[in-house]
Amino acid sequence: MDTELRELYQQVILDHNKSPRNFKKLENANHTAEGYNPLCGDKINLYLVIEDNVVKDVSFQGSGCAISKASASLMSSIVKGKTKEEAEQIFVKFHDLVTGKLTDEAAIEELGKLAVFAGVRDFPARVKCASLAWHTLISALKDEQNVVSTEE
Amino acid sequence: MNKVIANNDVNVFDVEKIRLDFPILSIKVHGKPLCYLDNAATTQKPKVVIDKLVEYYTSMNANIHRGVHYLSELSTKAFEDSRIKIKNFLNASSEREIIFTKGTTDSINLVASSFGRGKLKDGDEIIITGMEHHSNIVPWQLVAKEKKIKIRVVPITDTGEIVLEEFEKLINEKTKLVSVVYVSNSLGTVNPVEDIIKIAHKHNIPVLLDGAQAVQHLNVDVQKLDCDFLALSGHKIYGPTGIGILYGKEKLLNELPPYQGGGDMISKVTFEETTFNSLPYKFEAGTSNIADAIALGTAIDYFSAIGIDAIAKHEGELLDYATEKLSGLKEVRIIGNAKRKSSVLSFVIENIHPHDVGTFLDFEGVAIRTGHHCTQPVMDRYNIPATSRASFAMYNTKEEVDILVGGVKKIIEVFK
Repeated sequence: MDTELRELYQQVILDHNKSPRNFKKLENANHTAEGYNPLCGDKINLYLVIEDNVVKDVSFQGSGCAISKASASLMSSIVKGKTKEEAEQIFVKFHDLVTGKLTDEAAIEELGKLAVFAGVRDFPARVKCASLAWHTLISALKDEQNVVSTEE
Repeated sequence: MNKVIANNDVNVFDVEKIRLDFPILSIKVHGKPLCYLDNAATTQKPKVVIDKLVEYYTSMNANIHRGVHYLSELSTKAFEDSRIKIKNFLNASSEREIIFTKGTTDSINLVASSFGRGKLKDGDEIIITGMEHHSNIVPWQLVAKEKKIKIRVVPITDTGEIVLEEFEKLINEKTKLVSVVYVSNSLGTVNPVEDIIKIAHKHNIPVLLDGAQAVQHLNVDVQKLDCDFLALSGHKIYGPTGIGILYGKEKLLNELPPYQGGGDMISKVTFEETTFNSLPYKFEAGTSNIADAIALGTAIDYFSAIGIDAIAKHEGELLDYATEKLSGLKEVRIIGNAKRKSSVLSFVIENIHPHDVGTFLDFEGVAIRTGHHCTQPVMDRYNIPATSRASFAMYNTKEEVDILVGGVKKIIEVFK
């Protein structure tokens, strides 16, 4: 496989695409949001349980490409246990990573498993796939009941 | 070497020779030879068409229908000659029936606007099918917002076909127009438009055909079909972007109000009143896309010289070959299995999203379209978010189909 392509479809991404974590509906969710990418039809429903400003539990359902599904899966694993503010800070860094603004190796390292999405920066058309789950998360944290669209 | 003998046995259809006419086909993508299988989105252009554009701006450029000077007469003649070429290509009865537009979408919007204002009233109905491109849905919805008209939809079967009895059931005394796609851009279905037109005409209802995916693959004769309108895009038949055609029967076009107002579409203007120009100029307000209209004529000449019969035969063989190869993979499901299909092969791969397929194939040099193809209702009908679509043109080869199938096998392996 081509190096650039292998960078995009790392084993971790393929694995999370095949067996997404937290892929279910949380019946006791108190914050929810729906994300939609009208260009490719990717859809995500995000469920959060937030107590005392902390994301106690998180899950998602939906359909999309490997990048968007793996991103949602990894996001759900990572934000569990974080405060709202911490989750928002990770989003900012993640967004910088996939858009190629975050280049400092040490800073990328800090993102832990999310660093596997670094390859997305070489595929501008796929940035929206990687960030859909995160935009939906931000919306759910604010508890906006509106549908989040990548085209707004 | 793929050599196919044309039906008339005089011309030899030599795909390798045809490929040399298209400069872009020799470029490399990600280090691999370009394998362009996105022809339903747009076709590549032969050198004669590219040269015509350069020639126009180098030695002919002037506004048409206005000047008495040399260049204006030259460009007017070339522009009107192109209209005659298209009239002959579609076998229209008069060049007054050939209107230059921006493309199929523009042509359908023209009919929706003019027919909507001139012929439709509250309570009227129009009929479309479940496999329309958004461009034959949204213009009618815009009309429906202004007048209370109802859009009725002929359902499609699991194989991607419409049932004529279901179509006929939708017709009633309120039906004022039938607007259907000739060849589906997402399923490849060739609709039985001959029967649709006969049935509609039995009830005195005019028919608009969306011919965007038809004229480059089938022999389209508007008099034989007896369609009332036909819309097409120049860029899908090896011509430039930004130019298209609306064919309309002269009598019907004369009955409709103009689409847009401005220069060229008038014969006399005062501040109180305007007399409109005759056909086809009544529907061509403002300076036309002169260069692209002329180059479309060149594309039609090029296409006609090779011949629709030879082209259709070659493309049919490619479609059959690709269908057979892809159907052989157990993870692949073809979407759209109509008995009569043309040049479009939509498919989904088990547990692999079409966008991942598109990115993988791109690295093999293969250009296909992935997504909903501007036919979201079709995707909903099959309960899928998107498909991967390979679509063929006269310059494609069986070797390219093999590269496509090889790429599909590779991604199935990686995603295992």
